[in-house]
Amino acid sequence: MSNTSSDTTGDESLITTDVETGSTDRSTAVGETAVAARDLDVFYGDEQAIDDVSIEIPEKRVTALIGPSGCGKSTFLRCINRMNDMIDVCRVEGDVEFGGKNVYDDDVDPVALRRKIGMVFQKPNPFPKSIRDNVAYGLKIQGFDGDVDARVEESLKGAALWDEVKDQLDSSGLDLSGGQQQRLCIARAIAPDPEVILMDEPTSALDPVAASKIEDLIDGLAEEYTVIIVTHNMQQAARISDRTAVFLTGGRLVEYDDTAKIFEDPEEQRVEDYITGKFG
Amino acid sequence: MTDSTESPDLQRRSGLRRLKEGTYGGFFAACAAITLLTTVAIFATLLSDAVVFFAEIPIVEFLTGTNWSPNPAGGGQSFGIIPLLIGTLVVTITAAFIALPTGTLTAIYLSEYATPNARSILKPLLEILAGIPTVVYGYFALVYITPALKATLFPEMSTFNALSASIMVGIMTIPMVSSISEDAMSAVPDELRQAGYGLGATKFEVSTGIVVPASISGIASSYILAVSRAVGETMIVVVAMGAQARMPAVREAPLGIPYINPADVLLESGMTITVAMVQIAGGDLTGGTIPYDSMFALGLALFVVTLAMNVLSDIIAERYREEY
Repeated sequence: MSNTSSDTTGDESLITTDVETGSTDRSTAVGETAVAARDLDVFYGDEQAIDDVSIEIPEKRVTALIGPSGCGKSTFLRCINRMNDMIDVCRVEGDVEFGGKNVYDDDVDPVALRRKIGMVFQKPNPFPKSIRDNVAYGLKIQGFDGDVDARVEESLKGAALWDEVKDQLDSSGLDLSGGQQQRLCIARAIAPDPEVILMDEPTSALDPVAASKIEDLIDGLAEEYTVIIVTHNMQQAARISDRTAVFLTGGRLVEYDDTAKIFEDPEEQRVEDYITGKFG
Repeated sequence: MTDSTESPDLQRRSGLRRLKEGTYGGFFAACAAITLLTTVAIFATLLSDAVVFFAEIPIVEFLTGTNWSPNPAGGGQSFGIIPLLIGTLVVTITAAFIALPTGTLTAIYLSEYATPNARSILKPLLEILAGIPTVVYGYFALVYITPALKATLFPEMSTFNALSASIMVGIMTIPMVSSISEDAMSAVPDELRQAGYGLGATKFEVSTGIVVPASISGIASSYILAVSRAVGETMIVVVAMGAQARMPAVREAPLGIPYINPADVLLESGMTITVAMVQIAGGDLTGGTIPYDSMFALGLALFVVTLAMNVLSDIIAERYREEY
């Protein structure tokens, strides 16, 4: 999709998202902030992976994080749901706010946080369980007491996988093709109805056809969820995102703006060089 | 071959190199064949001598007899395997009750919870436990566990008893369960754990709901291996359990249902199949006598039990394999 029609940028936090009319013509008007970072620094041991990043990510939009390898974009993504907690040497300074609450506050339970923020990984990683159990896993651990089968169906439909698997819900998720597995992982992520979905290069392990299906899907997901996607693929970022954040070496956020602006007329020469393939 | 040719040298090497390749292959095959032949030879020996035994003692009598006295002072031999089977089963089941849960939980701890430092200390320690000669375990059971149990829980326990021996066999097999299970759990790709954590699973939920099911075939193999080991364990049982082939008293519950009080078996001395074989082999029996041949019949019975368990483990591992 393209967002060339609008020139509304800057501080639009007063505009609510109620006005949105569908994925293909989502306004670039930035709605309320879903996730924000303030003065965020992340270290792996002595090495600084994120350097003083501040950013406000709007809700119910697709925000792409792009940049060369090792620029810290995946690290940033994993700060949002505190997946970095599991890395012993990882140290986080500054705030990451989700719904106005700093997720690194002492009274925040990372488990509860991750139940609000789904995640899709680079390599499709369905559990070695049935398709049904894969999708229902999040519901099960969260003690969901509604109609699990209905939610499984709804989630698989949401991930554009239902028609392909509705007759084989009890067969292993690993019997599916790579692209189907990744859509299964998306269904699994949306089943517990999170507010934010983090995607860490979700199409980089897939063939182009499977990747384009995921891209179509992401577009639709933004109607209900805040999607934050890390990608190496700049065409992909341009195609699917509303906002783009460019990280460059050293973990610095160099430019963050509407996707159209970033790709057509970036402020920073370095960003233009990166986007036009002069380095990275 | 000439040096003048411009084309790359693709000439098939003949002679020495091919001979060497062939020799290596033959050598490796010979090593594999030795293992195979030994197994076949052992089985053939067992079978041929057992056949001699079964010519004298009918197989039904052997399998259903409740009295094992191969060499009584006053004559009147009897070769019933039932008391030995009971002894073996009791030791195996009790040991399994100790080793399987403890070993599995240890494996979960090592694989999922332990810090790298703790793991680097604990794993070698466990492997040392596996390296202790079993006779040492046997004396430990006799000299420490039995007196301790006698002083606390079971004052009526006899000095040689099945319980102490079983506990020790269980402890001995813990490292086997924990080590193999831990290998299986560590082999579960980290992406699966990440997926679980990403959905808001706790460490416990990831360990029990994702890692353990994904490694269940490895865990099952470790169980079967440990149980096979318990079935065949000899030294601990010889030292700590005594060597009396006893039939436990069959009691009668209300409504005339017969039952065996586990305490009658566990707190008394008893004999396993392996111990019966040791006793015969350790006596000054000459070849060709029925007690001598009975050793091979027992060996065959043991072989069949462990083989059946290995086959069972393969079936289970195949059935529950969750490929990742």
